[in-house]
Amino acid sequence: MSPREKFGLALIAVALIALPFVLAAAGTAWVRIANFAVLFVLLSLGLNIVVGYAGLLDLGYVAFYAVGAYVYALLASPHFGLHLPFWIILPIGAAVACVAGVILGAPTLRLRGDYLAIVTLGFGEIVRIFMNNLSSPVNLTNGPKGINRIDSFQLGPLNFSASDTLAGLIFSGPIKYYYFLLLVLLAVIVINRRLQDSRIGRAWVAIREDEVAAKASGINTRNVKLLAFAMGASFGGIAGGMFAAIQGFVSPESFILNESIMVLSMVVLGGMGNIWGVIAGAVLLSFVPELLRYTVEPAQMALFGKLLVDPEVLRMLVFGLALVLTMRFRPAGLWPETRHRRELSEGRT
Amino acid sequence: MPDVLLDARNIGKRFGGVQALKDVSLTIESGEIYGLIGPNGAGKTTLFNVFTGLYPRDSGEVRFAGAPLSLDSPHAVAAAGIARTFQNIRLFGNMTALENVMVGRHVRTRAGVFSAILRTRAERVEEAGIRRRAEELLYYVGIAGHADDLARQLSYGDQRRLEIARALATEPKLLALDEPAAGMNATETTALRGLIAGLRDDGLTVLLIEHDVKLVMGLCDRVAVLDYGEKIAEDVPAAVRANPKVIEAYLGASTA
Amino acid sequence: MSPLDAGTVSSGFERFPTMDILLQQIINGLTTGSVYAVVALGYTMVYGVIQLINFAHGEVVMIGAMVAFSVITSLAGSGLPPLAIVLAGVMAAVPACMLMGYLLERVAYRPLRHAPRLAPLITAIGMSIILQHLALLVWGRNPLAFPQIIDNQVFGIGGAAISSVQIAIILMSLAMMAGLSWFVYRTRFGIAIRATAENVHIAGLMGVNANRVIAATFVIGAGLGAVAGVMYGSYYGIAHYTMGFSLGLKAFSAAVLGGIGNIAGAMLGGILLGLVEALGTGYVGEFTDLCHWPVAHGWLSERCADGGNFVLFGSNYQDVFAFLMLILVLVFRPSGLLGERVSERA
Repeated sequence: MSPREKFGLALIAVALIALPFVLAAAGTAWVRIANFAVLFVLLSLGLNIVVGYAGLLDLGYVAFYAVGAYVYALLASPHFGLHLPFWIILPIGAAVACVAGVILGAPTLRLRGDYLAIVTLGFGEIVRIFMNNLSSPVNLTNGPKGINRIDSFQLGPLNFSASDTLAGLIFSGPIKYYYFLLLVLLAVIVINRRLQDSRIGRAWVAIREDEVAAKASGINTRNVKLLAFAMGASFGGIAGGMFAAIQGFVSPESFILNESIMVLSMVVLGGMGNIWGVIAGAVLLSFVPELLRYTVEPAQMALFGKLLVDPEVLRMLVFGLALVLTMRFRPAGLWPETRHRRELSEGRT
Repeated sequence: MPDVLLDARNIGKRFGGVQALKDVSLTIESGEIYGLIGPNGAGKTTLFNVFTGLYPRDSGEVRFAGAPLSLDSPHAVAAAGIARTFQNIRLFGNMTALENVMVGRHVRTRAGVFSAILRTRAERVEEAGIRRRAEELLYYVGIAGHADDLARQLSYGDQRRLEIARALATEPKLLALDEPAAGMNATETTALRGLIAGLRDDGLTVLLIEHDVKLVMGLCDRVAVLDYGEKIAEDVPAAVRANPKVIEAYLGASTA
Repeated sequence: MSPLDAGTVSSGFERFPTMDILLQQIINGLTTGSVYAVVALGYTMVYGVIQLINFAHGEVVMIGAMVAFSVITSLAGSGLPPLAIVLAGVMAAVPACMLMGYLLERVAYRPLRHAPRLAPLITAIGMSIILQHLALLVWGRNPLAFPQIIDNQVFGIGGAAISSVQIAIILMSLAMMAGLSWFVYRTRFGIAIRATAENVHIAGLMGVNANRVIAATFVIGAGLGAVAGVMYGSYYGIAHYTMGFSLGLKAFSAAVLGGIGNIAGAMLGGILLGLVEALGTGYVGEFTDLCHWPVAHGWLSERCADGGNFVLFGSNYQDVFAFLMLILVLVFRPSGLLGERVSERA
């Protein structure tokens, strides 16, 4: 890494560390928005392994997010009276999501890509239908009403739902979550980068580029694809667990198809396969709804005196357009994956 | 008696009503260049795809290096020691030349997801070995200077070489080349010929499918001829050239 | 969900349902199955020719229902004969959807015909989302009550009931399938379509204009889909901007079940799926009620007493059946009932 890059990274690090306090000045709501943006970055990085590296179009990714969220909700809420600590539940959620990914992937991954897309699409819906209906005969998920009063993170004396003051700075709950999310994000980025430049990572990209040639080169494509699927699912599961804790409430409504589309849009717009592109895409699209809320709504009220077009609808239109236009004009995304000569010939970072 | 590397017995394959391969038996000996020729549609590529596990066969057995060879999946075939190239070059276009060859090392290495995430010592050592071997192979086929170029940006002749390097990376006992000279000009063909001869001299066994009869006759130790899915001759080049059945097959095909 | 879904058996406790209920489920299944079949034709024709899953097809069907809804509602008070009004609705929906099918192909898919496989799929998803939310803007977020202006007579057969809407749906579907079969197998243009499906390049050499053929499959599929949308709306009595999603997923499942790319297969798959769904919805609750099982005499006896139940999967899982069937087909017979292999080939 050159000194200039080091300096740039240090600058970004300082900015990210200072960010919540700047946002908090504008209102705690903004810290929450930032937290959800980081959650979406995590989801996008997970989906990027499946779609970006291995080239498998997964349209039901939100199902794994849902699995992680419900595992957390069931093991840390009054619903069953269980209150396990988060550092036990998050890995459990990742493992359960991983198993779900394998169960879905094993029978379908030998099929051609477009079938996988539609099966995952259906799978996402199935998971939601189950969560809606598993309130009888035994009340497992509490149905459409969802699960309430989910425990927040608790680490020794550190409670993520309360505010602490340290060195004159107020660390509110959302700010604590922000730092925790940032740590997880850092870990996920490191994992992604290491995978990308590994034997398995190369096998993923090889499958994406030419499956037949990959097979002939000795790659067990089915297993390697399954691995991509399982990894992606695990990341989704972890993100889901954190979502449940931050939100304090989960219901099937949070896991509709549109969420999967949103994450897919982030990956596609940013640049499939490129970590930094995907992160940029996720951040960009995470703030679109907020941007719309703060511009389109007042503008309409001022012009027409009433809300003609719901920002929510505009948001989905933006995502749809992002998908279509990116594929048409910039299929590699805004920040495409570049296999740097420098990066590869200078050895690994 | 020379070592038999690959021994195929009574291979049969049909596509719908077409009998693409009919009871084809052949033996490839260790250290030779074995040519497979025949008119268009004679079943050369089909046989090739059966040997490399891409098509399921309907009948027949294959023994490879003294053991029965399972042809159920291409990756198992690669693991057993047969590597191939494709008639219409199939590289990983958006990976660099070096990475393409590194992918070929997959089947001889073992690092998994967790060792990659933790970057264990064993993984780092293995990874360095993969890179070193890939660099050597690029040098061997003569494109070391293009290591960091994307595969799709290489010239046609270099792509062929890269494909061979990737196949060699799997440490094959038998290298199967599907029409490697297709689309090459005279200079490139001559260079390719030198490369293949060098592979044999380095101890590798080569199965060569080729349209360019001159290349096959000049390069191969033994040649088999397929016609309408049947083997009609198998001998040293001079004998095959004189075989009346072969002459008829080729003349018949060209007048049809 | 449907006002006509009379046969959902959750009150009775007979282990084996009576004939009239079975017949009722079959009638209901045939009705929805006909709609699935017509929608499935749209998927299968496009897939047959360019191997693309047109994800947005369900949305085209939805727009068909919506356009018909608007026309029928606005004419409802005009004093025209009811049949003419419905016909006007269909006549408006069909060209609107055909135009949409054409634009979809021309603007979204054609530029990507030689792009990597993932690109048109992602575009299809994007188009689907766009169409859905445009419909939301035009027709609103709430379900629309599809006007029932034709007097819906109910006839009894063998203890079951069949309504005139059901009869009309089944007959119209059969007519459209017959018409399409005739078109594809007996006309010049139909032969061109089949030739293109077989091999685009060779068809091109034989003088077939591939672009026209591909556009035509989109347009025809969309036209059929428009009628299906109207039928679906009239049957369930509602239209909603999200209706295309599950309808599309089911019709696609039907197409795969029959063997995607195969026209007869889409018809068969649609009807079968409709029947499986109706019978499944009707009986799965009964069969998965543990109170009917020997185990119930132990730990469930208290709960099962006095007509209690322990239903594992009730009719609320209706939307799951089609999907499960899709997975089962893909796993055990990827070629579908009448089709060719679909798994990755060399």
